[in-house]
Amino acid sequence: MACGLGILMRRRFDGAVCNAMTRAFPILIVLLAIVAVWYAAAIGMNAPWQNDVYRRGDITNVPATQFVLDTRNREKPVLPTAHRVFGELWNSTALVAPNKPRSLLFHARVTFSATALGFAMGSVLGILLAVLIVHNEAMNRSLMPRIVASQTIPISALAPLIVVIGFNIFTGTLGVPTDPARLISKAIISAYLSFFPVAVGMVKGLRSPEAIQLDLMHTYNASPGQTFWKLRWPAAMPFLFASLKVGVAASPVGAIVGELPTGAVAGLGARLLAGSYYSQTVQIWAALVAASILAAVLVLAVGLVERLVNKSMGARPA
Amino acid sequence: MTTDSSAAITDKAPPRAVVSAAGLGLTFKTNDGDVTALSDVNLSISKGEFVSFIGPSGCGKTTFLRTIADLEQPTSGTLTINGQTPENARKDRAYGYVFQAPALYPQRTIEKNVALPLEIMGYNQAQQAERIQRTMELVNLSGFEKKYPRQLSGGMQQRASIARALAFDADLLLMDEPFGALDEIVRDHLNSELLKLWERTQKTICFVTHSIPEAVYLSTKIVVMSPRPGRVTDVIESTLPKDRPLDIRETPEFLAIAARVRDGLRAGHSYEETV
Repeated sequence: MACGLGILMRRRFDGAVCNAMTRAFPILIVLLAIVAVWYAAAIGMNAPWQNDVYRRGDITNVPATQFVLDTRNREKPVLPTAHRVFGELWNSTALVAPNKPRSLLFHARVTFSATALGFAMGSVLGILLAVLIVHNEAMNRSLMPRIVASQTIPISALAPLIVVIGFNIFTGTLGVPTDPARLISKAIISAYLSFFPVAVGMVKGLRSPEAIQLDLMHTYNASPGQTFWKLRWPAAMPFLFASLKVGVAASPVGAIVGELPTGAVAGLGARLLAGSYYSQTVQIWAALVAASILAAVLVLAVGLVERLVNKSMGARPA
Repeated sequence: MTTDSSAAITDKAPPRAVVSAAGLGLTFKTNDGDVTALSDVNLSISKGEFVSFIGPSGCGKTTFLRTIADLEQPTSGTLTINGQTPENARKDRAYGYVFQAPALYPQRTIEKNVALPLEIMGYNQAQQAERIQRTMELVNLSGFEKKYPRQLSGGMQQRASIARALAFDADLLLMDEPFGALDEIVRDHLNSELLKLWERTQKTICFVTHSIPEAVYLSTKIVVMSPRPGRVTDVIESTLPKDRPLDIRETPEFLAIAARVRDGLRAGHSYEETV
C-alpha cells in the first residue's frame, strides 16, 4: 500500500507492480469510503428502533460501544451491515445445495434463464426493428414513435398484465406446460425492457456510414444485401455493443419485476418478495446483491463478446 | 465500343466519345427555391483523355462528375457514357470513382478495402489476389497490404482508394478533388505518380480540382466552369507534351495555359462582384 503514497515511489520503485498498485489505490479508497458510509448509516438508521427497545426495557446509560453493537446485531435491521449481507450471501450460496429453494444460486438460475431468454428475444427484436426502420421510410415514421412511446409505460404497471394474461394464454390456448409458460412470460417483460436501447442504438449504427461510403456502394452497383452486410452491419457493431450493454443491464430488472406480481416461488424476485413479507431485510439485501452481481456478470459477458468481435474485425484495440 | 459503328447514335458525338453531354442541365429543388447546379453543358471526352474540371465552389464541377457516375440525375439534356445511359454504364461498372476523402473501411485491411468492389462484383479469390497485387503496385503501395487504414498517412490512404477504383479495370476513372486535403509536397508527388499511372493504364480520367497548377500539369483538356448557374465557360486543349516532369511548371507554355485558365475563372466571376 506504501506504493500509493505517490511521488517518492513513482520515481523509485519497480514499474509494473507499483503501477498496478497506484492505480488500485484510489479505487480502494473509494470502496473503503462506501463501506464506511454504509456502516455509519447502519448505526443511524437502526438507532430509533434500538432506542425504543431501551426505553421499553428501561435500560439507561448504554455505553456507546454497546449501542453500536446492538444496532448492528438486530435480527431484522432497517439497514443491515455489509458483513451481515455478505454473510447471508455466503450462507445461502456456499453452504446450501444449489438445487434447494434455500439457495440463492437456485433463485439466481431461475432469474438468469428468464433474463437470458428475454435479452436474446429483445436483442433480436431490436435489431430487426432497426433494420426495418433504416430501410423503409414508412416504418421509420410509424414505428419509431411507437417504440419511444412503449418505454413511457411503467413496467410495473405492464408486468402483471403480461405475467397473468400471458401465462394464461400460454398454458390455456397454446397448451404450454406451466414452467416454460412462466419462463416465457417473464422473458417477454425482460425483452420489453431490453429491445429499446438495442433498437435505438442499431438505428443510429446502421445509419452511421457516411454518404460517400453509401455512394461508393452505389457506384459498384451493389445490391441492398451487399450494402447491408459489407457496409451497414460492420459499421453498426460499436453501436450494437454499446446498446447491448444497456439492454443486458435492463433485462434482469424485467425478469425480477416479472417474478413479483404472481407471488412466484422461485427467482430472485420471489426471494425479494418473501423477504419483504417476513421483514427479512438481510435476505432482501442478499438477493439485491445477487441480482447486481448477475447483471454485472452479464455486462462483462457482453463486453467479452465485444472484444472478441472487435479482434476478429481488426478494429483499433480499445 | 466496336459495336456502335452504326451512325445513329454517333450523330452528335465523335465516334470514340467516352463521355458525351449535350444541353445538360441539373436543378436541385431546395427549401430556398431551385438551385441550378448545371446549365447547358456541352462536352465531349474522348478515350484516353485526361480532363480536369476547374472552378470555384458551387460551379457544378463535382455535380457534373456525380451525374456521369449516376449519383445525380440530370433534369434536362442528354448524357451518354460509352454510348449508354449513365445508369446502364454504372450497372456495367464502366467507371471507378475516387472521392474527396479516401472513404476506406476502417475495419478492413488495405488489401481487403481494394478487394471490396471485387467481392461485390463476384471475382473469385485468385482473380482478387492477382488484381490486388497489380493495383497495389500501380499506386506504389506494395508491402502495405495487411495494414489498416488508420496506420497509413493521408496520401497513402488516398492512393489505396485509387487502387480500389482501379481494381475492377474500368476504363473511365472519375476523381473528385482526390488530393484536395493533402499538403502540397504530397500532392506534387501524387500528381506525377498519377500521370505515370495514366500513361501505363491508358485510362480516360475526369479530374475535379481547385488548383490551377494541378489542372494544367495533369490535363490534356481543361474545362473551366463558373457558378450561379453552374456552366462551362472555357475548354482548353493543352499543348503540353505528354511527358511532363514536375519542372515543366516553370516553362512559358505552362504559364500561358495557366494564365488562360485564370482569365476564364475571372470572367466567370466578374458578374458576381456586381451582386
